[in-house]
Amino acid sequence: MKTICFYFQLHQPFRLKRYRFFDIGNDHYYYDDFQNEEIIRRIAERSYLPANKAILDMIRQSGGRFKAAFSISGTALEQMEVYTPEVIDSFKELAATGNVEFLTETYAHSLASLGDHEEFKSQVKLHREKIYSMFGIKPKVFRNTELIYSDEISGLVYQLGFKGMLTEGAKHVLGWKSPNYVYASAMQPQLKLLLKNDRFSEDLSLRFNNYNWNEYPLTADKYISWIASQPEPEQIINIFINYETLGSLHPAESGIFDFFRALPRFAAEKGISFSLPSEVFSLLKPVDSIVVPYAMSWVDEEKDCSSWLGNILQQEAFRKINKISERVRLIEDRRIRQDWNYLQSSDHFYYMNTKHTGGRGFSPYDNPYDAFNNYMNVLSDFIFRVNAQYPSSIENEELNSLLTTIKNQGKEIEMLQKEVERLRKKTVKGIIIEKN
Amino acid sequence: MKALMYGWEFPPHILGGLGTASYGLTRGMAMQPDMDITFVIPKPCGEEDQSFLRVIGACHTPIVWHDVPMDYVKSRIGKYMDPQKYYDYRNHIYADFSYRYTNDLGCMEFSGRYPDNLLEEINNYSIVAGVIAGTESFDIIHAHDWLTYPAGIHSKKISGKPLVIHVHATDYDRSRGNVNPNVYGIEKNGMDNADHIITVSNLTRLTVIEKYHQDPSKVTTVHNAVEPLSPEILAIQDKKGVKDKIITFLGRITMQKGPEYFVEAAAKVLSKSPNARFVMAGSGDMMNQMINLAAARDISDRFHFTGFMRGKQVYEVLKASDVYVMPSVSEPFGISPLEAMQCGVPTIISKQSGCAEILNYAVKVDYWDIEAMADAMYSIITYPAMHAFLKEQGKREVDNIKWEYAGQKVRRIYDQLTH
Repeated sequence: MKTICFYFQLHQPFRLKRYRFFDIGNDHYYYDDFQNEEIIRRIAERSYLPANKAILDMIRQSGGRFKAAFSISGTALEQMEVYTPEVIDSFKELAATGNVEFLTETYAHSLASLGDHEEFKSQVKLHREKIYSMFGIKPKVFRNTELIYSDEISGLVYQLGFKGMLTEGAKHVLGWKSPNYVYASAMQPQLKLLLKNDRFSEDLSLRFNNYNWNEYPLTADKYISWIASQPEPEQIINIFINYETLGSLHPAESGIFDFFRALPRFAAEKGISFSLPSEVFSLLKPVDSIVVPYAMSWVDEEKDCSSWLGNILQQEAFRKINKISERVRLIEDRRIRQDWNYLQSSDHFYYMNTKHTGGRGFSPYDNPYDAFNNYMNVLSDFIFRVNAQYPSSIENEELNSLLTTIKNQGKEIEMLQKEVERLRKKTVKGIIIEKN
Repeated sequence: MKALMYGWEFPPHILGGLGTASYGLTRGMAMQPDMDITFVIPKPCGEEDQSFLRVIGACHTPIVWHDVPMDYVKSRIGKYMDPQKYYDYRNHIYADFSYRYTNDLGCMEFSGRYPDNLLEEINNYSIVAGVIAGTESFDIIHAHDWLTYPAGIHSKKISGKPLVIHVHATDYDRSRGNVNPNVYGIEKNGMDNADHIITVSNLTRLTVIEKYHQDPSKVTTVHNAVEPLSPEILAIQDKKGVKDKIITFLGRITMQKGPEYFVEAAAKVLSKSPNARFVMAGSGDMMNQMINLAAARDISDRFHFTGFMRGKQVYEVLKASDVYVMPSVSEPFGISPLEAMQCGVPTIISKQSGCAEILNYAVKVDYWDIEAMADAMYSIITYPAMHAFLKEQGKREVDNIKWEYAGQKVRRIYDQLTH
């Protein structure tokens, strides 16, 4: 029996405002609130809200047979809390059905897995806590930013206590193998992997609304019959898409919502079920392991990381943030921690890419150089604030030990004070007794 | 002494150093009591300061006879010039230009900028110059930069008066040697026809003599000067938000200005003195290349690009700077270091720039010598005495470089030619 595993990605970065050289040291607020609010409201109205409603209806009408997994970045959750709390409510409603699963990722949808490993772990923990505090669910499955995966990352993810992870079924990695099975990491055989089925995912995300596609229009009937006609032993079809595909990438007029609503009925006719990633991981055993020495992702034809770290501008910016990450982790100032998270978002690096200068790919900037200048100006101010916390002449290790000493001394003083108190009482008692 | 001058830019609407120099020189010359200047530009905006000269717009000078009433002329061009002039010019149209495209007043259109059809606009400008030269009475013709040389030659042919051409730049400076043959042709023709050639520096004078084969006795250097800063500009506050020392490059980011040497020197300074910051203000065809270079040198967090700066913004950047650097590969004169020194900013200039000939209290290095440039930057930001010395002496020096003196030199040349 076949099963479909749906997973939707939701992410919004905190886009930066125009930050000039003269703002460095003068202005410590970096975000374009107007643009961020406008975008999240527009997308919530066109996509998140109607899509959540559709999914809820599908769950109810199918009698609980429809299931889907979500990964919502921490920055997206924060923006929803501020600008569109109704989206949070509708996710809570979905969570209450028990038919959706929330996955963990890096808090800000960052590239930390390719840079600083300590930073990566702390961002994942932060996101896990955020999801738990909002939906009361402890995520068990991991999904990295834009499905970025390599052998090295699998080791880190396993160390963090995850049993399974979602990633891309890139052609250059799989070769003749089919993505429709559970795989394991070559480096951490205990870590199970679900691989994206490129064909069926991109039928929805890229081709659904394309008049030139020879299969246009795509109906639920046709789509399910394609899935049903996959070879018998291939059991899981992983359809991983951006949630904005519903309503924003393809507007409601394209029929995308009706298409989704019809899926459970046709799936039931063909005997195809829906599953959550954690269910698949607990039911099925890996058939093989895959080797990924170089990081892959789900972006573009190349399925690699060149969209974020392809040119020297991106590499330079990424190098600079990795250089200070250790120092930032020693700082407890809440605003610095918050800005640090927001500056991590992979989007800032995506805007600097020179692959899409022909027009494809979204960016709020005129050109990659503009994006780079603006980000570096902001980062300069941020580094300036970080260095203002503790003198940069002290090495991180030394600073860390000093901070620990201060912390320990605080505890010691507390203990000694208790001791003093206790002894005082004792002597007072002794004096009273003597007097008597 | 009546001078008819041809120029391409005049403040407040300027695109480069030519407009600033034209304004300063004419102002300096107008201090001579018997000096009367008529200044022709392609397209005035109506806000030019006409207190010390008359501005004539080529786009308001008729070349085709149209019967238009006084009131109409007044409503159309009254803002720019005396309407009676229009009729005077109309009476001196010297040929039939009705085959050319003209407007309802019989005038041609000019952009007043540097458009793609620049050569055509230069030609149109010299047609108009014929009408003006036939009408006005004057003793001498003075043409600023190659764009106006054809107009100067035409005026000389019509009036028989001596022609002085003023070389603010040559194509050798702009192209690092790969001259555009059309531009070279216009420049050479202008120089051959001139009775005297004024260059803005000895460097340019040598270029004119060697590359354009001019008789040295006919070429004289008159260095540029600088207008005193207005109180409004002096009052601009330093808005710098960081305590770091700021080293600035200000100008077009093009091959002529040598921006890559600035970036390389910056990388060297930062390896020794991590608290310096570098600003590259301006725009140009090499900007993206420079952003890449700074990223490749791993200094982008301390190297900032501001984009194009205009008017007051230029002075805001200067006021926030601790060092100003102009590493030009070939600069006929270069007024901007003088402006930096007026703001009290110690200045490093390349030996290959014309202003190096008259400045003593600026550090001079070869543009290609990034070691020396980095060394100079480092010592100015590290040793307060060096900074204070260059700041004070530099300001004193530049305050004595006045357009009035430059104007007197030009006057002596006029006198030689007319007597």
